[in-house]
Amino acid sequence: MHEWALAEAVITAASKIAEKEKLKKITEVIIKVGELQQVEEDIILFAFNQLRTDLFKSTKLCMFKGKTKLKCHFCDNAWNFIKENLDETTAESIHFVPEVAHAYIKCPKCGSPDFEIVEGRGIWIENIKGVK
Amino acid sequence: MIDPRSSVIAKRFATINRVIAISSGKGGVGKSMIATTIALKLAKKGLKVGLFDLDFTSPSTHLILGVKNIQPKEEKGIVPPFVNELAYMSIVFYSGDLATPLRGVDISNALLELLSVIKWGNLDILILDMPPGLGDVVLDLIKLIQKIEFVIVTTSSQLAFQTVKKQLKLLNELKVNTIGVIENMKNSKNQVIQSETEKLGFVYLSNIPFDKTLETSIGNSEKLLQTNFAKIIENVAKKILI
Repeated sequence: MHEWALAEAVITAASKIAEKEKLKKITEVIIKVGELQQVEEDIILFAFNQLRTDLFKSTKLCMFKGKTKLKCHFCDNAWNFIKENLDETTAESIHFVPEVAHAYIKCPKCGSPDFEIVEGRGIWIENIKGVK
Repeated sequence: MIDPRSSVIAKRFATINRVIAISSGKGGVGKSMIATTIALKLAKKGLKVGLFDLDFTSPSTHLILGVKNIQPKEEKGIVPPFVNELAYMSIVFYSGDLATPLRGVDISNALLELLSVIKWGNLDILILDMPPGLGDVVLDLIKLIQKIEFVIVTTSSQLAFQTVKKQLKLLNELKVNTIGVIENMKNSKNQVIQSETEKLGFVYLSNIPFDKTLETSIGNSEKLLQTNFAKIIENVAKKILI
């Protein structure tokens, strides 16, 4: 249920944007969920529904997954993260703090742990639509 | 594209009365030992205290406390376990004994993640064991946690103190509350660090002589609390509460 805290962050951030943009209601929130964090979309949706305030009464939450692209700082090799290559404990550790991937994942070409998470790390708000 | 995490941090820290970073521009000055002992001493006074190890690439407070076989709970976020009466959190719960090499952007991301998902609950004081230097963690925390206060640690060496002086000036420029300076591992009677600290307008909290017995207390917090080092830290803890 760590997803609950992330859903709370989405609600809080969207509320702040609505206040800044003077939106009376939010009709749609689009979020991108990076594969690396392995967030359970069902739990995010459940938590979002539980946390809805008046501002979000008619909000449609759209989620789409983003592939995680990694790139080695040492040899420039680029590759995609594949959860299935990890054991359950490691996958769970990365779920809580995606940066600990640097302890478990190595560049498949040169073996270096010094890589960049180019995209697909965690949750991002892509867009918010609302009515003024 | 908006990263939603920073927006929820103020809410997470609303239940914490004071946030105190134990910091130094230099490494190897004893920050982790001081942070852990201050936290333990404050908890012994009956306060609700948290200890958060923010040295992501070289954590060590878990070794000082002898943390074994516990994990945080998942409860609408991450709930830190209790270790010797402290609500305790460290990245080692997820990285174990493995080397975790992190560049600046990764350190900022890990910090943002943990600050936004950890549910500390009601605390009187949260002690932060900081990484050395004036890098990402110091700057991110000053930006993200408005109530943050600093205790700065130096040794008697000018090699440490010259960097600490820069840090004190920076904190002053950023209008961050600095409680004072601790001179650790003092091995002479000269008062250069004290006079220079006071000349800069900062409080000299205490000096702590080098304590040979400290190493044998690692992993045993009750033994740590019996050391001469811990007795001096108790006075520092009292000054922090004034």
